[in-house]
Amino acid sequence: MSEHLVDIRNLHLSFFTPAGEVKALNDVSLFLDEGEVLGVVGESGSGKSVTASAIMGITADPGRIVSGKVIFNGHDIGSLDEKELRKIRGKEVSMIFQDPMTSLNPVYTVGNQIEEAILLHTDKNKQEARERAVELLRLVGINEPEKRIKQYPHELSGGMRQRVMIAIALACEPKLLIADEPTTALDVTIQAQILELIMELKHKLGMAVILITHDLGIVSSMCDRIAVMYAGKVIECGTTDDIFYNTKHEYTKGLLRSVPNLYEEESTRLVAIEGTPVDMLNPPAGCPFAPRCPQCMKICLKEMPPYHEFSDIHYSACWLTQKAEFEEAGKGEE
Amino acid sequence: MTKYIIKRLVMAVLTVFIVATLTFFLMNAVPGGPYEAEKSISPQAKAALEAKFGLDQPLFTQYLTYMKNILHGDFGPSLKQRGREVIDIILTKFPVSAKVGGLSVLVSLIVGIPVGCIAALNRGKASDSTIIVIATIGIAVPSFVVCSLSMYLFGVKLGWLPTVGLMSWKNYIMPVFALSFYPTAYIVRLMRSSMLDALGQDYMRTARAKGVSEAVSLFKHALRNAILPVVTYVGPMMAYTLTGSFIVEKVFTIPGLGGEFVSSITNRDYMMIMGTTIFLATLMVFINFVVDIVYKIIDPRINLK
Amino acid sequence: MKRFPLSFQLKAEDFLPASDAEKQELVVMRESVGFWKDSLRRLVRNKVAMVSLVVIVIIMFFSFIVPSFYPYSYEQQQKGAENMRPMTYSQEEQARIDAGEKVFPHFLGTDKLGRDYAVRIMVGSRISLTVGLIAAAIILFIGALYGSIAAFFGGWVDIIMMRIVDIIYTIPDVLLIVLISFAIRRPLEQLSEQPAFHWIHTVGPNLVSIFIVFALLYWVGMARIVRSQVLVLRESEYVTAARALGAGNGRIVRKHLLTNCIGTLIVTTTLQIPSSIFTESYLSFLGLGVAAPLPSLGSLASSAINGMNTYPYLLVAPAVLISLIILSFNLFGDGLRDAFDPKMKK
Repeated sequence: MSEHLVDIRNLHLSFFTPAGEVKALNDVSLFLDEGEVLGVVGESGSGKSVTASAIMGITADPGRIVSGKVIFNGHDIGSLDEKELRKIRGKEVSMIFQDPMTSLNPVYTVGNQIEEAILLHTDKNKQEARERAVELLRLVGINEPEKRIKQYPHELSGGMRQRVMIAIALACEPKLLIADEPTTALDVTIQAQILELIMELKHKLGMAVILITHDLGIVSSMCDRIAVMYAGKVIECGTTDDIFYNTKHEYTKGLLRSVPNLYEEESTRLVAIEGTPVDMLNPPAGCPFAPRCPQCMKICLKEMPPYHEFSDIHYSACWLTQKAEFEEAGKGEE
Repeated sequence: MTKYIIKRLVMAVLTVFIVATLTFFLMNAVPGGPYEAEKSISPQAKAALEAKFGLDQPLFTQYLTYMKNILHGDFGPSLKQRGREVIDIILTKFPVSAKVGGLSVLVSLIVGIPVGCIAALNRGKASDSTIIVIATIGIAVPSFVVCSLSMYLFGVKLGWLPTVGLMSWKNYIMPVFALSFYPTAYIVRLMRSSMLDALGQDYMRTARAKGVSEAVSLFKHALRNAILPVVTYVGPMMAYTLTGSFIVEKVFTIPGLGGEFVSSITNRDYMMIMGTTIFLATLMVFINFVVDIVYKIIDPRINLK
Repeated sequence: MKRFPLSFQLKAEDFLPASDAEKQELVVMRESVGFWKDSLRRLVRNKVAMVSLVVIVIIMFFSFIVPSFYPYSYEQQQKGAENMRPMTYSQEEQARIDAGEKVFPHFLGTDKLGRDYAVRIMVGSRISLTVGLIAAAIILFIGALYGSIAAFFGGWVDIIMMRIVDIIYTIPDVLLIVLISFAIRRPLEQLSEQPAFHWIHTVGPNLVSIFIVFALLYWVGMARIVRSQVLVLRESEYVTAARALGAGNGRIVRKHLLTNCIGTLIVTTTLQIPSSIFTESYLSFLGLGVAAPLPSLGSLASSAINGMNTYPYLLVAPAVLISLIILSFNLFGDGLRDAFDPKMKK
């Protein structure tokens, strides 16, 4: 296997709450190469953000890696101490968050918050850091950066704040940018601008991007590969074409059916996925999607389906695939 | 900014004026007067005294005279402590109270803020629970209990500390302890909850994602946000503490303004009551103004209108 | 990843469609509980709050019920039994014991007038609790009304009403308390002469004047809290949503404002009780509280201070009890706050 930029292997991560162990990630394996854009799709609580925080080594408190490895740029994140992690965060990997309204500290100027990242990871002095901050603001498309740099977050609009967040993230030209639902809290018109900006900067700076979202429309246009997560598992992963045109998992199919398609000739009905996600405190023994799956079989309720590889990079975990193979084998015997 | 300060100033003068007016009429509405309780005084002497201080005038005339004098900075003579001006009494008693009170405010901030932070950072651990239990007991013990028990324990039983007056630094220990007891406990609780709130904010996650060290993210990012409720609390608390607590001054026999004020009320020393009330109200309004400015400096979102 | 890792174990019937019933069995839904039930459940689970509640109930039992059948009364003076230490007997009582009579012990000794201190403490805490509970109720009523009126009308009504609150805040507490209690004592005494108001005499004019003082002074805090709560709620999105769905004013007030306010109201009132007790004891300590011979915890502590060197237990007993009462109410109030605050939900 070649050296990946990010290599997550059989990661199990749990939150140990007073009410019991919540298995937020259950045997997650993912990889990402340099310069690649990976979309991670799933509904709330499926483990998208937890995966991202595991790469950064900022898993929130009662959460711990139970087993498995996260390797980023040759570092084994799980084995590093806080001090070593701090050198990576903000320098080699950066993250932008869902809500730009609350992600910036309200009591410091925008400039101060950008410069902080620069001063932390480079030997630039204050003056140089300020110049770099202005340059970064210009890079993320903010007008009059010299003026904006002295302003406080509350004086900026939501889109502008997200641009500032991006500027902070790019301060040290990281190898990987994790964007955790970067546009969810923004207006639709601003959403497109921010996404375009991220893609433009990706090409300019040549970094890899992990784009976390629940919006399939976004990933289809931007990502090289897509991983679909459900209840702490990657249930299907493949190239964007694999996911959209060679869909294997019933959940992915369900997701696609619930997205409006502009190119479809005849009008098709949008179909919502029935039911609610599983209770992560008491996960079922079988496939987590089984109770909501229209094609659910008896085995689905009893056992977790194994991964099936359709190609080197397209795999999914669904008993229906196994069923097809089983019947194929049965025919051969006759 | 200048406009704001002027507006606040007008507001402040108005508030003090209303407080003074209310106090004046309320005080006079209460039956009895400054010389009722003194049995030794003959009716003639009483009438003479009342005439001397203008107490025989119609109430409204008295009010106008008083207000006119106040505008000239004249607080009038004390009705009970003969031959002394109200302003002199305030100016000799206030520094005594302010010294004890100022030290207490300082102690409660120096102890309360770090301890509250420590509790928040160790949320759910034994140290947090211990701090919370002590702080909760702290706000449940009335100050006269703290005063009298510490007086009994350290002053009488153990004999470590002097119990009367303010002769040496040792005299300050018990009054300051008693006076800072409640505010310290209160600040610990306030600081802990606002710190927990700040630690849970998204910008703390941003700071972590930037690679900021824990100490910097705590002192730079969390503390400045978390300290705001404490600033709000400390303002009025400071006004009350500086002007002296009657109980602490009574128990430890400190010649402060707090004790003076209460005895002037029970004695019906009208001039003294008015003078002290105006003084206290002015101090209160001034401190609130300072608090608002400090607030604005700490939190740029605050819009001073 | 091998193809068919498990195929040798698989049977054809495993691939039969599962019935809806089978699917449903797996969905373990957490039962949805209403606001009240949920809050109550969280409260009951909070050990500290429950212990505090038990302490409060025990103290109430001792202050309201026990004195009525206690062998001594709080004002009964026994000659020759002055200043006795706890669990000792006077000569006369000792003689009765020697004669084979049973004498109820003085658990906390007697005071300098020969009154049983244990029963005085109990009656004292009855007074303190009564003041705390009634004052809190009055404050709740006035504060909630004032605050919601200010918030409801808004505009200049709000500005003027809140300005009044600010001014009351600025006048020194002690001044108002003393002046008001002086001012209303005489009229109250006259009023209690009237047959219809004879109850004032039973309760004691001092106690009534304390209630009035509290009612006039301490509603401002409550008014501020209620006002800001109502303002936030009025602007909140779910109220807008309810309005958009066609809910009438009555329904909005009942369903949204009340349910969301009531938690704050209950919590603030509960936390008001200890602070009223606090202030009453402070007043009694200053000698402005209830009149002798009626004791309150504050006046008991106050009068014990002078004899503190010789009879420290006379000071320690009321001091500890008042701290315990305030502590229990505070902890119970904290528990209520946690239970009612859905943000704390785990």
